Amino acid sequence: MLTAFAILTDGLVYAAYLFLVAVGLTLIFGVMKILNVTHGSFYAFGAYGAATAVGIYFERGLPAAGGFLFMILVAMAIGLVMGAILERGILRFVYGKDEVVIVLVTYATFLMLEDVIALIWGRQSYAAWQPMVAAGSVEIGDLVLSNYDIVLVALAATVATAGYWALKYTRYGRLLTAVIFDRETAAAFGVNVTVVYTVTFIIGAMLGALGGAVMAPKISVTLGIGVEVIVLAFAVVVTGGLGSIEGALTGALIVGLCRAAAVHLVPQIELFVIYAVMALVLVFRPYGLFTQVQPRKI
Amino acid sequence: MWARQNIAGALAFVGLAVAAPFLPSWLVSLATIAFANGLVVLGLVILWRAGLVPFGQALFYAAGAYTVALIGRYTGLHDVFVLVAAGALVAGVLAFLIGLLLARYRDIFFAMLSLAMSMILYGVLVKTESLGSTDGFHVETGTFLGYAPHGAALGLALFWLVLGACGLSALLVATYFGSIAGVLAAPVRDNEIRVEFLGLSVNRLVHLKVVISGVLAGLGGALAALAVAHVDPNMAYWTTSGGFVFVTILAGAGSVAAAFIGSFVFELARSIAIDFFPGTWQIILGGALLLTILFLPEGLGSLAGRLRRVPERAS
Amino acid sequence: MTLHFGNSRHVGGLATMATLASVAVAAAQAPAPRQPPAPVRLGIVSFLSGPAASPFGVPGRNGAEIVIEALNAGTAPAPFNTVGLGGAKIEAKYVDEAGSTAQVVTEFRNLVQRDQVDAVVGYISSGSCLAVTPVAEELKALTVYFDCGTPRIFEETARKYVFRPPPHATMDNVGAARYLLAKHKDVAVYSGINQNYAWGQDSWRDFVGAMKVLAPKATVDKELFPKLFAGEYGAEISTLLTSKSQALHTSFWDGDLEGFVYQEQARGLDKRMPIIYTTGEASIWRLRDKMPDNTIIGGRGPNGPLAPDTELNRWFQKIYVDRYGTPPTYPSYQMALSVLGLKVAWDKAQKAKGAKPTTDEVVQAFEGIEYDGPSGHVKLALSNGHQGIQETAYGTYRFNKQTKQPELVDVMRFPAGCVNPPNGVNADDWIKDGMKGATCK
Repeated sequence: MLTAFAILTDGLVYAAYLFLVAVGLTLIFGVMKILNVTHGSFYAFGAYGAATAVGIYFERGLPAAGGFLFMILVAMAIGLVMGAILERGILRFVYGKDEVVIVLVTYATFLMLEDVIALIWGRQSYAAWQPMVAAGSVEIGDLVLSNYDIVLVALAATVATAGYWALKYTRYGRLLTAVIFDRETAAAFGVNVTVVYTVTFIIGAMLGALGGAVMAPKISVTLGIGVEVIVLAFAVVVTGGLGSIEGALTGALIVGLCRAAAVHLVPQIELFVIYAVMALVLVFRPYGLFTQVQPRKI
Repeated sequence: MWARQNIAGALAFVGLAVAAPFLPSWLVSLATIAFANGLVVLGLVILWRAGLVPFGQALFYAAGAYTVALIGRYTGLHDVFVLVAAGALVAGVLAFLIGLLLARYRDIFFAMLSLAMSMILYGVLVKTESLGSTDGFHVETGTFLGYAPHGAALGLALFWLVLGACGLSALLVATYFGSIAGVLAAPVRDNEIRVEFLGLSVNRLVHLKVVISGVLAGLGGALAALAVAHVDPNMAYWTTSGGFVFVTILAGAGSVAAAFIGSFVFELARSIAIDFFPGTWQIILGGALLLTILFLPEGLGSLAGRLRRVPERAS
Repeated sequence: MTLHFGNSRHVGGLATMATLASVAVAAAQAPAPRQPPAPVRLGIVSFLSGPAASPFGVPGRNGAEIVIEALNAGTAPAPFNTVGLGGAKIEAKYVDEAGSTAQVVTEFRNLVQRDQVDAVVGYISSGSCLAVTPVAEELKALTVYFDCGTPRIFEETARKYVFRPPPHATMDNVGAARYLLAKHKDVAVYSGINQNYAWGQDSWRDFVGAMKVLAPKATVDKELFPKLFAGEYGAEISTLLTSKSQALHTSFWDGDLEGFVYQEQARGLDKRMPIIYTTGEASIWRLRDKMPDNTIIGGRGPNGPLAPDTELNRWFQKIYVDRYGTPPTYPSYQMALSVLGLKVAWDKAQKAKGAKPTTDEVVQAFEGIEYDGPSGHVKLALSNGHQGIQETAYGTYRFNKQTKQPELVDVMRFPAGCVNPPNGVNADDWIKDGMKGATCK
């Protein structure tokens, strides 16, 4: 019973982490059809920015809750600047090329940004544990849960709801939906696709940085953290179906719960479980769980 | 046109083989690994011409490498020709089986499903502690039809072996590109339905391409295992696959030779970058790729074409 | 910040000329000329990028840099107070270990064949060491490993050109088991959380093996192997919280270690059971008061705060802190031990010959040497004198609130013979067969 409860909570926490990491990726893919490897850099920059912000903030002994918000704001500001620079500076020159070539463009950018991180922050690791420690913990039976994890689950739920609502009920969201559905028709109806692309990419970058920021207190912010996240995020969004928020959410939940169950019950298979789930889903639903099958054009 | 390219290829091939003993041995061993990896890139070029890019080609690369290493370790069989053939064969069988599934997928799903497969192999290898897990294990030195060289002679023999494999593969792949199945790559990439209206099965065409590229990747992995004399699960990791895709884009799909030239340029550039700019070599590599895509969209291979075109225009 | 040879071909030409000149002089039986001898060139390889750079690669590189500087200036304490290697200054080239195994091997060949270094010191990953070893033998290139832990390097075949003065990883986990049982005699159930790759798997296997010998009744509860650089350990911590374990073993390092420390503390795992960090020493200067008190800390040998209080150690600590602003951790100690070992062997060969020794002469002089480094006594006692053994030590962590400095208390030292297999016995077999011949007095 306790194990079942633990699997559920661990699965939710891990799913929240996966969703926050993957949602920006799926947004950019949905709208721009770009599988954005630079997402790993947004995550890393968000985490480094958050760690720096936390360091500055808590040195002054200010209240902890504000530190959490400050950290998120700094990270999202970094995401905004990076997203704008990359979209305007590099990506807009390669639109219209092969999807795979664009993946490679983002991969090249990612490689370069890995060294940029080392140039800005050096090779040492950074810590930002204060917000998590300040959050405290609750005890349920033998199990102790960190309140910070609960905040993460709530944050993921908020982002999912807000994203869903924004897509369905705001003007910009409907424009976005039109572009997702058919870019050319949307353009023909007077949607300024260029602006939509820029804004989408910036929002995606900010979400990527947010993912890094909220994880920063739990991890040691060090070189290479972006690499690990990319493939994890890819696996989640492909499982759920690329380009939809529901897909990312479902993918995150499935992967999160399967992984938690594996750790508790059969730890030997933890290493494969994410990829096994992805392969299994793709075998039965070749386009992921939530993708609408595109009509083939002659 | 074809004939001229073939003659140029044959000349380059003979030239390299003759020059090898006079080149510094570090360059020969770098070229050995680069050309072995070039075989994997050649396989990716075949897929890319049809618009397909797998992010898990390292699966077949590692399969070929581990086949060689395991046979050497457990059977006492050391003849390189047998080992390399076995590596290519195992990878080919694996590609056939996985291809049954993979051939139904396109675009990013093709890429991600192949990635999932290679990551599962990676997981299995990491879990196999008797094979040294991520540390990997040593590959026994091979013999060449009874000839058992050491030191510099071994390096040269391996280089010639790799060169031979590359030459043979290049010839066969060039023939394939000229065949109906090969020529159909572009139509498959542009519009599958039109190809199906011709009465052809696109899935079978893709399946064939997956098998050919799998054999080439296995061949490359087998040769790389002999050249490095060590195998480890990292050969199946997604970053290895990503590296091959990187070189493929860098080289371009224009010609068979581009795969090998691209692979060699990449290895050399990486080695020089890491040597002279140890803190910023990733910026250099990433920047090179970015500039290639922006200004040489057909890859390095297209440079040769451009150079050739200039005198034609002049005349 | 990184030293280069500059135009290596040019330097190579100069070196050859200088060598020719010295040969000519020696042939003429003339007294040694006043001009300094040609420099000895070393390739120093460690991770300069990627996740292993900050905890191991950079401290290792730094350790090499300051020791080489001090040797070149002749300012190191006796018996290392002679200039460079055999009177010749050392020229170091620093190379990144990053990349695939093929690339690591390629870079090694480049160092030896293109840059013509006299010796290579380096390698952190055991995979790198295993792959480089046969190549070093083939090229007859003197190679000194400083950090990689696997005992397999010398156990598979005898080696001639490869040396490893710092002890292999077996003693880390045998020492951990001995310390745990000395401090917590009643441990009946224990668990492990280790990264899912060779280092984590080997560490756990050695630890369980040693526990089976030393406390046959104790049983293993959870064996957790999260993937390397997983970052998020929520499910693992829940599993441990709901288990009956009385102790936890981990060989986590750096980023994973620190992430785990933050996450387990937020959920109070360390209040339930003592946790043994076999590489914890490398992280205490960053974690400081975030490392919970009563944690059991190892440092891959008598390194850092576990090192003996000798003049050499105080000197090493001082020059390191003065230059880099943080105390040296175990990779710096291991690097210093390796470079100094090379010096001992080189000087010995030089003295015997009276001129710059050949690689084979240095190799001969290297086999079986004994000397004292900053981390105390080391003896190349295993594998025909190629593999060093040292004593090891474990301690319990306290953050001293007065001095605001990390401390290790309750330190226990285990003699080299107590935690290392005897010469000629494979580490795995030694543990499996009940650690016969261990001398702990």
